[in-house]
Amino acid sequence: MAKKLKFDSVKVGDEIPPFVVNGVTRPDFVRYAGASGDFVPLHYDQTFVEAAGIPTVFAQGMFTAGLLSKALTDWAGIGNVRNFKVRFATRVWPGDIVTCSGKVTGKHESGGEKLIEGDLIVLNQKGEAAIRGSFRAVAA
Amino acid sequence: MADKSIVGRTGKPFKMPIEWSKVREFARAIKDPSPEYFDPEFAKKEVGGIPVPVTFLQTSAFWTDESSSPGFGGVDLRRILHGEQEFELLKPIYVGDVLTGVSKIADVLEKEGGRGGKMTLLVSETEYTNQRGEKVAIARSTLIETGQAVKA
Repeated sequence: MAKKLKFDSVKVGDEIPPFVVNGVTRPDFVRYAGASGDFVPLHYDQTFVEAAGIPTVFAQGMFTAGLLSKALTDWAGIGNVRNFKVRFATRVWPGDIVTCSGKVTGKHESGGEKLIEGDLIVLNQKGEAAIRGSFRAVAA
Repeated sequence: MADKSIVGRTGKPFKMPIEWSKVREFARAIKDPSPEYFDPEFAKKEVGGIPVPVTFLQTSAFWTDESSSPGFGGVDLRRILHGEQEFELLKPIYVGDVLTGVSKIADVLEKEGGRGGKMTLLVSETEYTNQRGEKVAIARSTLIETGQAVKA
């Protein structure tokens, strides 16, 4: 079985250890485009974005959400996430340093499962939120 | 602009085979080197098979054909932003599974927005069932249609 958080040792207010990407890159966006099939040109085609009046390509929201999901599963264990919800705020640009983390806001037992709930956030180097979200995960 | 009349509209069911090459390519793209995605023996021992990353089902949105989309009708794609995304993961999904997805329009809401004026929120839901008929996941997506072109 997957490693699970120990329900009794998780406390409200506990932080999810941050996952920091020290400067996301255009190749990161291209790799995500290929892996996901998201070929919206806003994320890799400089000519296209300039014509649209945008200074440079920017990250797919779901690329950044993917980085956030890694921070969550590193902590809660792969296979233990029951709900993952993200709301996109500020765009993420090439070179941005993104910090993915979260915080436990509640715990309860339901249907024989021990559940942990919390908030998620991705911040850029200016402290602006690129994503705000929430999660629910099972613990042991 | 889209309106309430399209709520409940459903797309044609589509197949989503869960393939290891795509799973590990996706894991690499989100910078997750966990052996669960890259080492089949480790994955089998630890989690019962090669699992999928939390947001992996999003990939189905980009290679289903048009008939599988419930269709938003009259939406101007140049005014669309991805506002929210949610995944409810009900049962494990492993490499080797063949999922069937059905997308529907769950809601259409009007809202006053900031940068783009009046907004329409288009909420779609895709339910995934595995080859044993078990419901394994629900993906919920909120697209925002702005009243005017969005500024950078």
